[in-house]
Amino acid sequence: MPETTLIGAITMALARAMSEDESVVVLGEDVAANGGVFRATQGLLERFGQERVIDAPLAELAIGGISVGMAAAGLRPVAEIQFMGFIYPAIDQIVNHAARLRNRTRGRLSCPMVLRAPMGAGIHAPEHHCESTEAMFAHIPGLRVVIPSSPQRAYGLLLAAIRDPDPVIFLEPTRIYRAVKQTVEDDGVAMPLDDCFILREGSDLTLVTWGAMVKETLAAADRLRAERISAEVIDVATLKPLDFETILSSVEKTGRCVIVHEAALTGGFGAEIAARLAEKGLLSLQAPVERVTGYDAVIPLFRNEHHYMPSEARILAAARRVVAFA
Amino acid sequence: MTKVASFEIHYSQFLDASGTVIGELPASARDPSALIPLYRAMVLTRRFDAKAIALQRTGRLGTYASSLGQEAVTVGLAAAMLPEDVLLPTYREAGAQLWRGVRMDELLLYWGGDERGSDFQGPRNDFPICVPIASQCLHAVGVAYAKKLKREPGAAVCVCGDGATSNGAFYEAINYAGVWRVPAVFVINNNQWAISMPRSAQTAAGTLAQKAIAAGIPGMQVDGDDVIAVREAVAQALARARGGEGSSVVEALTYRMTDHTTADDAGRYRDAKEVSSQWANDPIARLRNYLSAAGVWNKNAEERLIDEINGEIDAAVERYLATPPMPPQAMFDHLYAVLPAAYTEQQIAASRGADHA
Repeated sequence: MPETTLIGAITMALARAMSEDESVVVLGEDVAANGGVFRATQGLLERFGQERVIDAPLAELAIGGISVGMAAAGLRPVAEIQFMGFIYPAIDQIVNHAARLRNRTRGRLSCPMVLRAPMGAGIHAPEHHCESTEAMFAHIPGLRVVIPSSPQRAYGLLLAAIRDPDPVIFLEPTRIYRAVKQTVEDDGVAMPLDDCFILREGSDLTLVTWGAMVKETLAAADRLRAERISAEVIDVATLKPLDFETILSSVEKTGRCVIVHEAALTGGFGAEIAARLAEKGLLSLQAPVERVTGYDAVIPLFRNEHHYMPSEARILAAARRVVAFA
Repeated sequence: MTKVASFEIHYSQFLDASGTVIGELPASARDPSALIPLYRAMVLTRRFDAKAIALQRTGRLGTYASSLGQEAVTVGLAAAMLPEDVLLPTYREAGAQLWRGVRMDELLLYWGGDERGSDFQGPRNDFPICVPIASQCLHAVGVAYAKKLKREPGAAVCVCGDGATSNGAFYEAINYAGVWRVPAVFVINNNQWAISMPRSAQTAAGTLAQKAIAAGIPGMQVDGDDVIAVREAVAQALARARGGEGSSVVEALTYRMTDHTTADDAGRYRDAKEVSSQWANDPIARLRNYLSAAGVWNKNAEERLIDEINGEIDAAVERYLATPPMPPQAMFDHLYAVLPAAYTEQQIAASRGADHA
């Protein structure tokens, strides 16, 4: 069975989707001959030709807006924004059009597009290449926001996103693009969107996370096990719409919850989960919900970025506090 | 120094302001009686417009964007299109939409605050009215690319205003349209005013059409109060598009004869004398003069037309006013193709209405 990285799984899913549905096109800056700056689209030009693997002039607003037009006219565009730091010009098109075209035409027109973007810090990249602003998109009605955290989920969730009849913001954590390899079978089987994944079952507390932070969170869960603390680990995977039921069921069982995300604290998506736990799970909680997140600071350039990002030590400290809370 | 580029922008006009033919009419306009549908559509547009404003002033319609004085632009561009083309309008294109089969009661529903007004029963693939300035120009490139890739007939026809040509989305759209050689036509309704900003304050460029040159596509200027000129220019641009020669920009020069919308008061920023002097260019009077001189139009025909149009408008208004609002939970009906379970609770809450806790 072949082993592949997360980025390799992305490429596999793109090729699979393009081979099974000729309305799927890939567009973005440097996606054709260059195969994308992270090589996500490597080999697609040779297999599917330049009409379907489209190098876009350097304008992100256009990539967003043209994808909307393509999708409304019967294609399934999978657009790549080179880094999440450059996604902001496209937000006008995502918020004003992609997210609401179906609603505002009462289903007459729709927008089955995927906007892919590498996200997150920790790869010693230059300024503006380290963004984790997923909460901005999760705020917008009509969108799906999906973040894979392993090669298998990257393959299965990207296939699901491309086949989905509505717009999906698909954010790929660069830090784990090549961090681990997994067996990924190119069987065309999608994974469900709108569902959390319970990565590890436990009984003493629930660790809720997504994206690259799944790595540190699982490592923290391992350490906690050595301390006889049994942590359940949930990968949210689809932030919008949120599968809150899975999180609530887990917290009803464990009574304790720590939310971990790389994005800044204030208005981060952890705030939404914590608020819902306060609304729906208060009587199950045996300790305050804690959040371990990036600080409310501009993410430092790479000499200091590791001080910004939630570390295994910070996750462990929060978990121990929550478990020790009387 | 060596000259490495030069360009010219051509202006076309077939009827002068009095309705007299200048030079030779294009083949499509040589039979005067064949121009009557254009005349009818312009009159309908103006009458519909007046009715919409009256409804707004009496509290039965929301904010409305009038196209008074610009009827030749909006009707002319649509008259050049085929059913398989896709219209991507801004909010001042009732004339084009009605020509393409959008119903008056649908437009009234839209301006009356009901999403069903954009669920056109006629031109199913036409885009809804686009409010964010110039954003529809990019959709046009996407639609045109899809048509080209799928070997489907037709082109995308996008309309924007003079102010929109200052927007990045416009530049990005024409740039992509040029480099990808897609079948798209960008029509600029240059009505000289973007709310309070006159054309002269919008750009230092001598014409808006010349912006096309930077994108490597042709740009031309027409008298936007001459429906024959507008239709001919858009038809030629569409012929290029259909022939695989790519996109074009058509700048139609006209004048916004009234406020930006019913929420605006143009008296705050422009001289009433400037406005009244523009009536000399009225596109409807101009074509009527020509048709009358050609012997295919008279007072009786005009009266019959007005009666007929008034009847159609009244019937549409009646249908609009008789349409009850959607139930509150309808805000979730088309949020996604299938509403995710996460929203069920909110949909139920919404269904109880605003007055229930």
